[in-house]
Amino acid sequence: MIGDFFSSIGSLLSIVFSASFIASGVAFSVVMLLGTVGELITERAGHLNLGVEGMMLLGASMGYYTAVRSSNLFLALLFACIGAGFGALLYAILTVTLRVNQNVAGLALSIFGAGLANALGSKVANTTTPDNIAKVFTWKPLSLTSPSGPFLSYINKAFLSHDIYVYLAVLLAIATTVFLFKTRAGLELRLTGENTAAADASGIKVTRIKYLYIILGGMLCGIGGLYLPLVQQGSWTNNMTAGQGWLVVALVIFVRWHPVKAIAGAYVFGSLTILGFSVQLNEKLSSIPIFNQYIMSMFPYLLTIIVLIAFSSRKKAWPGPKEIGRPYFREER
Amino acid sequence: MESIVRNDLHPAFSMRGITKMFGTVLANDSVDFEVLPGEIHALLGENGSGKSTLMNVLSGIYRPDDGQIEVYGELKEFRSPGDAIDSGIGMIHQHYKLAEAMTATENIVAGMKKPPKNSGKKDDVLRTDILRYASRSPAKTQQKIIEFSSRFGIEFDPSIPAGQLSVSQKQSVEIIKVLLRGASILILDEPTAVLTPQEAKKLFSVLRKMAAQGCAIVFISHKLNEIMALCDRVTVLRKGQSIETCTVSEIDAYDLVEKMVGRKINLSINKPDPDPERRVCLDVKGLTYSDSKSVPKLDNLSFTTYYGEILGVAGLAGGGQKELCESIAGIIRPQQGDILVDNERIAGLSPRDITQKGVAMCFIPEDRLGMGLVASMGIEENILLKEYALTKGPLIRMKDATTKAEQIINELEIKTPGLKHPVRMLSGGNIQKVILGREIHLNPKLMIAAYAVRGLDIHSSYTIYNLLNEQKQKNVSVLYIGEDLDVLIDLCDRIMVLCQGKNMGIVDASSTTKEEIGQMMSGTTLEELKRGVSYV
Ligand SMILES: Nc1ncnc2c1ncn2[C@@H]1O[C@H](COP(=O)(O)OP(=O)(O)OP(=O)(O)O)[C@@H](O)[C@H]1O
Ligand SMILES: [Mg+2]
Repeated sequence: MIGDFFSSIGSLLSIVFSASFIASGVAFSVVMLLGTVGELITERAGHLNLGVEGMMLLGASMGYYTAVRSSNLFLALLFACIGAGFGALLYAILTVTLRVNQNVAGLALSIFGAGLANALGSKVANTTTPDNIAKVFTWKPLSLTSPSGPFLSYINKAFLSHDIYVYLAVLLAIATTVFLFKTRAGLELRLTGENTAAADASGIKVTRIKYLYIILGGMLCGIGGLYLPLVQQGSWTNNMTAGQGWLVVALVIFVRWHPVKAIAGAYVFGSLTILGFSVQLNEKLSSIPIFNQYIMSMFPYLLTIIVLIAFSSRKKAWPGPKEIGRPYFREER
Repeated sequence: MESIVRNDLHPAFSMRGITKMFGTVLANDSVDFEVLPGEIHALLGENGSGKSTLMNVLSGIYRPDDGQIEVYGELKEFRSPGDAIDSGIGMIHQHYKLAEAMTATENIVAGMKKPPKNSGKKDDVLRTDILRYASRSPAKTQQKIIEFSSRFGIEFDPSIPAGQLSVSQKQSVEIIKVLLRGASILILDEPTAVLTPQEAKKLFSVLRKMAAQGCAIVFISHKLNEIMALCDRVTVLRKGQSIETCTVSEIDAYDLVEKMVGRKINLSINKPDPDPERRVCLDVKGLTYSDSKSVPKLDNLSFTTYYGEILGVAGLAGGGQKELCESIAGIIRPQQGDILVDNERIAGLSPRDITQKGVAMCFIPEDRLGMGLVASMGIEENILLKEYALTKGPLIRMKDATTKAEQIINELEIKTPGLKHPVRMLSGGNIQKVILGREIHLNPKLMIAAYAVRGLDIHSSYTIYNLLNEQKQKNVSVLYIGEDLDVLIDLCDRIMVLCQGKNMGIVDASSTTKEEIGQMMSGTTLEELKRGVSYV
């Protein structure tokens, strides 16, 4: 019995620490990392946008459609931004200008976005990513040609053999951190989400800031979504984000609105999501109930709740941007 | 008054015919208001007379429905607070606008603009420096801010989160925030309502310094003695209209009150005799309490209150007044000691049970917001909130609450368009009257009134003193915690002085002096005073 337990732990660890598992975890976390950075700057402006799933799908479908029709990577990225940015713009009009409840607007966006995206995506359902674009992503910029020794080849396989999208996403998360905490514009963004009235009275153009970061945040979600059909799968499937947009909402809380931590957070969530599949392939593990694929898919949420509890029990912990969920009207009190 | 003559081509600003409606409430009705450079100008008016509204219009927060604003002779239209800042207008709001989780420095720097090149103003270099370092080196920014503040004699630690600063430090942050934006017109909305007398004095010297440098200062206060001591001129608002502007040295306080209220009112407290029976109501025995950081707040505190009497509590800010109230109301649990009402223990009971035993409390905290009212509900529902706990059965009785609400509105002259009007929309002073009215109508045995007149206009303050006296005549035992020693002496029968949570002694109000109380407040016990010892 005890021997069984240890041997299953052992096989679990050997899965989790295998270079190939780590590599797919990293690749799988790109979508969520970009989405998290996007949702994070939206929330830093005081707006919870639950429409991440919708915006990801909008970006994915518009971008992929453009890629197939034009075979131009930059146009594809541009249209992914336009598609998702359009969804975010609608959300911004509703919540900033019309002061509609943020949750309602976000939910509506995720349903509306998915519908529109599936309608568009179906038109290119039976195609694959154009060769010239696919080739860009077969390039592994950091990969070592002849790694010497087992350690280097492990590192090489796990972390260095990824396409440019992955590294740009990581760079973006780092750049966003610098922006948030080391620039004046970042300070203005944080103050807006922390106390909009104070920001307004300090001479900050709060409406402009809110629109700007809600839309930018949406665009990042869209670029994240585009990774799925364009690179990861190389083809379109309806609803292909499969709940990753919702995981992003949890991830933002999990990483406590901190973009650098999102790199690790997205990896944890990404690998937890694929762990279910890997475990299925292992006979010994798949017979244990908690390693059921469906049960495992709830681990990320469980983790988020644990983090929430851990922080709410600490009295002085920062509970996140204070203005989230509160509409702002200057003459209101 | 040399400084006023300087640059006297134009007033610093002049507002003409300003009208502002909120729904059906006419908050400003064609108001004219003008302030000269170098002048400290008071804005006086009852609660809800539209002072904050007028100044919010000037600082770009509210858009007026009608009227014109000129700044240094130039016609302006403010579309946002940023526009007003660009014209040199800075406002310290009645409720501070700070992000509590961010440091004082971050609060100050966010939104600051680069000064135009070669504008030749003397602080431009400093401002540019602060902005340059703001993003890179917090330590250097903080150093510059400290340097700038010390010029005005203002001190605070800019590296601390704003939420952890004391009220007066928060105010300092707001002042520096405004000054660093280059404000030459400074508006302070009731800056002294929550300051201790010492802090207020310091603020006044800062304001005088700035006026001497040519700043135009608008000072809103309900305290006439402050206006008399500090200001050059005063403009009186009544019911949203500007009534008159006078030179302070040519007018006395009584005339001002008359202009403010619109008729002569009697500003004396007539003190009924206390109940001679001296039956004990509240009996506090050896109360000791240290807060979560184990700072002692109450130190073996014992005293009794009698039915039909007002016991005053005097003391410096933070001397244990708040903890005393919270212990009696059951909000905090003292580590030692006992509290009895009518010889029945109430220590350890829940706040609601304590209310049911006949203890009512009206505590106005320093921020004066979030004080036991539901902001989005009307007066009626807020009364119901307390009331329903005392009625039987699952159903609520709206009718009782309605009559009570009407009664309270009449008695306390609360200005509201209707019973269901959300209390958050009322002016600060009127919100306070709602709380007090609600507590009085619970018909308590023991009524605790802590800082009940904070931010109230003079007329309302006296209304409240009279209400407390009525309670006393109804044989209620009243515990009055206050800041103004004159009022304590006029209103109370006995006065207990607290110092660092200790009872320094209880004096008879009819025979004590302000000096005696003052010495006790700073740590000399009554016995020591009688023996002729004084450490001060
Ligand atoms: N944002 C708002 N929305 C609705 N009504 C408002 C608003 N601001 C002010 N009012 C109303 O306008 C009137 C004037 O309020 P204001 O706050 O200007 O009074 P005040 O003179 O500053 O009083 P106080 O001394 O109590 O602070 C009040 O009746 C108030 O209810
Ligand atoms: Mg006011």
